[in-house]
Amino acid sequence: MSLAWVLTLGALLFSLGIYGVLARRNAVLVLMGIELMLNAVNVNLIAFDAWIRQGNATGQIFALFIITVAAAEVGVGLAIVLLVFRRRETINVDEVNLLKW
Amino acid sequence: MTGQEMAFLALGAIAAAGGVAVVTARNVVHGALFLVAVLAAIGALFLLLGAEFVGWVQILIYVGAIVVLLLFGLMLTKAPLGRGALDNQQRGIAAIVATGTFAMLTWLVWHAFGDERITFVRAVRTADIGNALFTSYVLPFEAVSVLLLAALVGAILLAKKD
Amino acid sequence: MVAVLLAHEEAHATAQAAGFFAGNAWLIPALPFVAVGVIVFFGKRFRGKGAEVGIAATSISWLLSVIILVTRYVGGGGPVVLRSVRWFPLGRDLGLGLGMRLDGLTSIMFVVVTTVSLLVQIYSLGYMHGDRRYTWYYAALNIFTGSMLNLVIADNLMQLLIGWELVGICSYLLIGHWWEEKPNSDAAIKAFITTKTGDIPFLIGVFVLFAAARTFNITEIIHQVEDGNLSHVTLTAAAILLFGGAIGKSAQFPLHVWLPDAMAGPTPVSALIHAATMVTAGVFLVARLFPVFEASPQALNEVALIGAFTMLLAALLAMVQDDIKRVLAYSTVSQLAYMMAALGVGAGNAGIFHLFTHAWFKALLFLGAGSVIHAVHSNNMSEMGGLRKFMPHTYRTFLIGSVALAGIPPLAGFWSKDEILTEAFRVGARTIPAHGSPVVGSIVYGVGIVTAFLTAFYMSRAVHLTFQGEYRGHGRPHESPATMTGPLWVLAGLSLVAGFAGFPGWQKGFGAWVGVGGETRVPEAHLLLIAVSVVVALAGIGLGRALYARVPARDPLLRLGWFHTLLVNKYYLDEFYMRGIVRPIRDRVSAAIGTRKGGGILRYLQSGDVQRYAAALFAGVAILAFLFTKF
Repeated sequence: MSLAWVLTLGALLFSLGIYGVLARRNAVLVLMGIELMLNAVNVNLIAFDAWIRQGNATGQIFALFIITVAAAEVGVGLAIVLLVFRRRETINVDEVNLLKW
Repeated sequence: MTGQEMAFLALGAIAAAGGVAVVTARNVVHGALFLVAVLAAIGALFLLLGAEFVGWVQILIYVGAIVVLLLFGLMLTKAPLGRGALDNQQRGIAAIVATGTFAMLTWLVWHAFGDERITFVRAVRTADIGNALFTSYVLPFEAVSVLLLAALVGAILLAKKD
Repeated sequence: MVAVLLAHEEAHATAQAAGFFAGNAWLIPALPFVAVGVIVFFGKRFRGKGAEVGIAATSISWLLSVIILVTRYVGGGGPVVLRSVRWFPLGRDLGLGLGMRLDGLTSIMFVVVTTVSLLVQIYSLGYMHGDRRYTWYYAALNIFTGSMLNLVIADNLMQLLIGWELVGICSYLLIGHWWEEKPNSDAAIKAFITTKTGDIPFLIGVFVLFAAARTFNITEIIHQVEDGNLSHVTLTAAAILLFGGAIGKSAQFPLHVWLPDAMAGPTPVSALIHAATMVTAGVFLVARLFPVFEASPQALNEVALIGAFTMLLAALLAMVQDDIKRVLAYSTVSQLAYMMAALGVGAGNAGIFHLFTHAWFKALLFLGAGSVIHAVHSNNMSEMGGLRKFMPHTYRTFLIGSVALAGIPPLAGFWSKDEILTEAFRVGARTIPAHGSPVVGSIVYGVGIVTAFLTAFYMSRAVHLTFQGEYRGHGRPHESPATMTGPLWVLAGLSLVAGFAGFPGWQKGFGAWVGVGGETRVPEAHLLLIAVSVVVALAGIGLGRALYARVPARDPLLRLGWFHTLLVNKYYLDEFYMRGIVRPIRDRVSAAIGTRKGGGILRYLQSGDVQRYAAALFAGVAILAFLFTKF
């Protein structure tokens, strides 16, 4: 099986994630886009790991770390979303734009 | 075309279609369910590539925990429905940037690894992963556990009603 | 991590020969930093609220410093101990080291810094008792002490710069210790920004030296200078730029304006930072890189002339102050200028000798002034008077400090000041070869004599206004507790005897083993010169006594007319800086380059919409990645 196929799938998922992050208003959907991007990275890591397949499975270990970091990210991200919702009755990212001039 | 390649194409098609559905869904809950499909397909792909442990972790943590967490988030924030309510005004720019990134990455990947092949070998045993994790990678492992703890405390602090 | 430890061990092997204490001199700056950690995290749980931790750490540093000084002195100087570890590499052949260069200059500075710091910390037990940020105050004092010691021990310019900036920020924090009152925080900001103005040329100067010598290491730079590898133009530029930093830190004209305002801080802080240690960092810098300055007569002349100008300027200002701390502040500026002028005429050892003696009696005077302020709750001498009766210990020690500063033998100030004047005179008379111009030597001598007269006069005035006559303040002042008078007596003792370290004609004297500047000259005593400076000092004291023995209803200096007005307004320098520099830059220059208009347009880029930022980010990354792989 060609390595580039799997990497292309990773690139596709990553780009879809970017689209999700950039085009969605709803903060939870933005978080979903970020999850897609993180998974795309994992796909790449696992693919390279299978391609090299040596010694201590570095790619898989790092995929595990990324899954952990993703869990932490979702936890904090959702906490922030909930906080914003409680304060402002909306979680639309483009309405939370106080941080300007 | 080998059986492995056919399986990859099927899983890749599910993941790609699911991914498109996630970022275009008009109903947030549908979006979350499509995400489940994508993540499950990727988990299966990991199994296919010989990463058994990571594959099951992917399904357990992503599908079992993270998506459930996202669904809780959706329920607690009463998201409206419809494209206008869910998408912002820069959909065009987003599409251009995403397409550009995809083109660049694909070109790069084929440019660099076009001829490389993954030869099928036996799966990595979970014991090996555990061994590596607690010997070579014990320092990053500890760092990540501290990060998780910090995220836990931070999330509680942020979300609790004062 | 492992590499650093290994490098450490390697260095240790070579330093073994220097003996345990000299080889481990890095402990001296390290201990106060350890104390800071303990004070910040656990200070409030101690019975003494953290003060004892700082005092203990500084005591050990002090003990080590004294041992090193004594062993070096007995050994007649001994070799320069060099030790360093690689901190982190930069590129192929560059890297930042963390190291020590222990020579006579460093050992002297160690003793000065740790002694004054220790005494000030003990004194503060009484002076700062019950302060709301007592624990933090001790933490800050220890950060300062550690940073200053790091500056002194540094073997490379980057490490020196780190210490330099850290003492600057400590000065800012401690001047603004009582920041609730606006003038105090204003003074802190003024001190920080003014010294920072000098730090910019300093930083550029460091890079000029680095660009020419390809190293930050002071020892290697000095070797290259002595081998004549660096061009004259480079060295002149570097020396003048570096001197910019010294002007700011050591409060020389035209950046001296911050030091009098810095008196807003607690008085022990003024004694430690703004009299004995931090302000001498500029002098230390010039002494440390003295070969660089020596290689350029132009730079040396500049140092000497700035020194000569500043010493007179500041001494004149000290005459008309009513705030006792401001008298001492201008006096400090003036005395620092003496040291600079000494370095400028090539008499490096004399300059460092004056730094050494000045630290004792000026710290003593500040702490004495603090004791007075503690008793009468005012800084103004017009509300003091007659304190001799109420505060015998403070009076006697303050008197010793004043006489030492005025330059009456055999007290400390006489020996060092006279050595500077003698050296300047000899340079002027061309009896010794000089790197700078002989004319400059004569100027320094002439101005120095006038300044010596003024110094004796304003100290005589201060003593009479404060301690003689009738008490003019409120309440009944009382003598300070033993924690405060104890340090005063220790410093008074040092002010009495420290001068003998540089007894003229003594072969093993001070300069012989401090060794700033290439050849070490044994200082000579010229009876005529000594007579002149003693007579001048006595005349100054006498004039002060004649004018102020009975407190006059009207200050006799008012007879100077417009000149008095000029002095009271500090030559209008602050006004000039505000109207002539700050406001034009703020209003006109910024208008000319269209800051407002340009900002008005550019601010629309900051839409506050994170997704637009993210779009720009990803687009940029994609384009850059494409470019990098393509080319």
